[in-house]
Amino acid sequence: MQWAKLNDVMTRTNGPLISPPGDTLLDVLQGFVHELRAAGLPVSMTENLDAMRALEHVSIEDRQSFKSSLAATLVKHHQHAGAFDTVFDVYFSLIVPGIGGDGFGDDGTEAAESLESQIQGTGGSGGEGQVSAEELAEMLLSAMMSMDREQLRKIAAAAVARFAGMEPGRPVGGTYYLYRTLRQLDYDGLVAKMIARAQEVREPDEADDVDTLAERFQREEFEERLRVLRDLVESEIRRRLVADRGAEAMARTLRKPLPEDVDFMHASREEMLALQRAIYPLTRAMAARLAQRRKRRNRGHLDFRATVRHSLSYGGVPAEPKFRHPRPSRPEIMVVADISGSVASFARFTLQFVYAMAAQFSKVRSWVFIDGIDEVTRFFQESDEITEAVHRVNTEADVVWVDGHSDYGHAFEIFHQRHFAEITPKTSVILLGDARNNYHASESWVVEQLATRARHVYWLNPEPRGYWDSGDSIVSEYAKFCDGVFECRNLRQLERFVTDIVDG
Amino acid sequence: MAERFDSVDEVVDRLRGADYLADASIAGVVFLADRLEKPVLVEGPAGVGKTELAKAIAEITGSRLIRLQCYEGLDESKALYEWNYKKQLLRIQADREHEGDWAEVESDIFSEPFLLTRPLLEAIRAEEPIVLLIDEVDRVEIETEALLLEVLSDFQVSIPELGTIIGKQRPIVILTSNNTRELSEALKRRCLFLHIDYPDIEREKDIVRVRVPEIDDALADQVAQVVRSIRALDLKKAPSISETIDWARTLLFLGRNEIDPAVIGETLHVLLKYQSDITKARKELGVDTGPTPTGVRR
Repeated sequence: MQWAKLNDVMTRTNGPLISPPGDTLLDVLQGFVHELRAAGLPVSMTENLDAMRALEHVSIEDRQSFKSSLAATLVKHHQHAGAFDTVFDVYFSLIVPGIGGDGFGDDGTEAAESLESQIQGTGGSGGEGQVSAEELAEMLLSAMMSMDREQLRKIAAAAVARFAGMEPGRPVGGTYYLYRTLRQLDYDGLVAKMIARAQEVREPDEADDVDTLAERFQREEFEERLRVLRDLVESEIRRRLVADRGAEAMARTLRKPLPEDVDFMHASREEMLALQRAIYPLTRAMAARLAQRRKRRNRGHLDFRATVRHSLSYGGVPAEPKFRHPRPSRPEIMVVADISGSVASFARFTLQFVYAMAAQFSKVRSWVFIDGIDEVTRFFQESDEITEAVHRVNTEADVVWVDGHSDYGHAFEIFHQRHFAEITPKTSVILLGDARNNYHASESWVVEQLATRARHVYWLNPEPRGYWDSGDSIVSEYAKFCDGVFECRNLRQLERFVTDIVDG
Repeated sequence: MAERFDSVDEVVDRLRGADYLADASIAGVVFLADRLEKPVLVEGPAGVGKTELAKAIAEITGSRLIRLQCYEGLDESKALYEWNYKKQLLRIQADREHEGDWAEVESDIFSEPFLLTRPLLEAIRAEEPIVLLIDEVDRVEIETEALLLEVLSDFQVSIPELGTIIGKQRPIVILTSNNTRELSEALKRRCLFLHIDYPDIEREKDIVRVRVPEIDDALADQVAQVVRSIRALDLKKAPSISETIDWARTLLFLGRNEIDPAVIGETLHVLLKYQSDITKARKELGVDTGPTPTGVRR
């Protein structure tokens, strides 16, 4: 059976084992499931059992099947696949050498050494028998041109050994080492170098023939290869970190929040991009769901004609009453958003979200402010693309009055002057911001006035609830006049809020 | 009964025989589905071959494909079974003159001859090997999902008047979802999960060559490159595999052996279905030439 085989594999290897060699596959799997749960993935008992049954049918030594079997049985959300991959790599890289990582196993250092000796064998020179940095760069370039994965892997291992400057026990995350290594490899300039190299190879008389399209494809191909290199370096660093700190400690530091839980205010550039990509499918799915719900929710008035017509099939007995489809009123939305530094990305996502859902509302208007306020509805009307409109909001809106520090009081006052008359009982007003007012006057009477006229006034705050009313934050001054004040730090919370207001 | 395949590699080979190019994870999950006798929930963007997968499995295992197309408002009487009430009425009326025993009539009209089988019941009662495809399961309301649970976990159906009908075999069951809404945990728990994404450039090229055999290598290569390039843009709807194949066919039909900007400009509407997407792709790829094709307006 597989259990025996795993035990066998584990005792045969003398590498560092984080668990005592007596462990069965059962324990290993339980440890893995435990890690997955700790990383925030929901794994139920049934799924756990399925995974165990699945492992009876796949060979443990076949990394690909092993991994895909676990993935198919344990992970049921596509968004969780990334987290699963990381936990898998870290957790299994030590227990069963050769399974974790990118097939690295424990031969990473050997690979680095063999590379060094290979260079020496071919007469490479360098201080103290090492490859010089230039030679390594040259080898990297030619490996990238020919896309020799095995060679790339060796180079990645050598580069990490050389450039990352990893020290045992140093409390630094893997990204630090990654950037150090990539900088030394001239990661950003590599594509340009590869294109130059490709041009050298081409015959001179052909050179004119290259159109821009082919150039573009070539660049894309090279960028793809660059990602491969990055992955290789990353998994080499991870392998070394695991060897240093142990898998469990590593898994803890590598844990990344799921896209829907990423905090708007502290998202990294990559997380921002991921959010950006997540937002459109999310709104489309929501729109479909809301439309369905609305249709099914409370039936309309009795449709007398249809009831009578239908009664004919029961011999004139109106056995089955028919109802009209309800035509629910669609709320009108006014969004007023603070777009000063710290909360800008939050405002951007919320605007994007609301406009993507625009079909659910009868009308959407929006304003942005810092200490001055400007209506930006026109940007969304003029451009076809929401992202483009948001970009124009950021660059063209006139929102600075005095010094470019948030002044909620002044902005609200102007809003009241210009637009109060346009608020109707069908309007829902959504105010966005952290209410950090730089100790200006709050002018909270505006919100009070809004509340008397509008159907609802909501406030969305991207700060954690614990920070409210600390320092210059004056949320509660406004909150007393609002119908609801919500913490809105991630997509999940934003989605829940929008669902609620669509339902009115 | 199960064990239709000996190994994951065999799955890959046989699917290839049905012109379906499976990558390692697709084949792995199909293999597991067979061994563990569990349904597979296939998720992914539209047009990456989710439904095709079920058809290909049916073809290679020599099974009949039974398909339940889900839609909003699907209910028990359309998915599982329905009593043929017209026939029941006739039966009762035919009996009137004979003053028959009511109990006898009752047991008679609630028996198999009066049962209309719908796809799920049909799949359970099938004698021959079948593959059950439950297509676009995310379209049914969350309450209706519950109706599938008994079928998925035990492959049986309980009919109050008849008792429980248990399947004679464990077929391969494929559910597909475009992910327009989150499916219930209960449903997901009963299934193996497979996410199919757009293929990488090599696989896409292979798919084009398999599905459009007349195409030559260089053109297939270019087709895959252009499609990858377009998918990298931020579009409303990225081109699917089926659209890639359509485009390759269009190019062949137009007698083009090579792709140049003008050709792309003229035929972009085969790949992209929104005018704003087409405009954007033209701008990005620098193929502004050519007349405006008549795309579908948003």
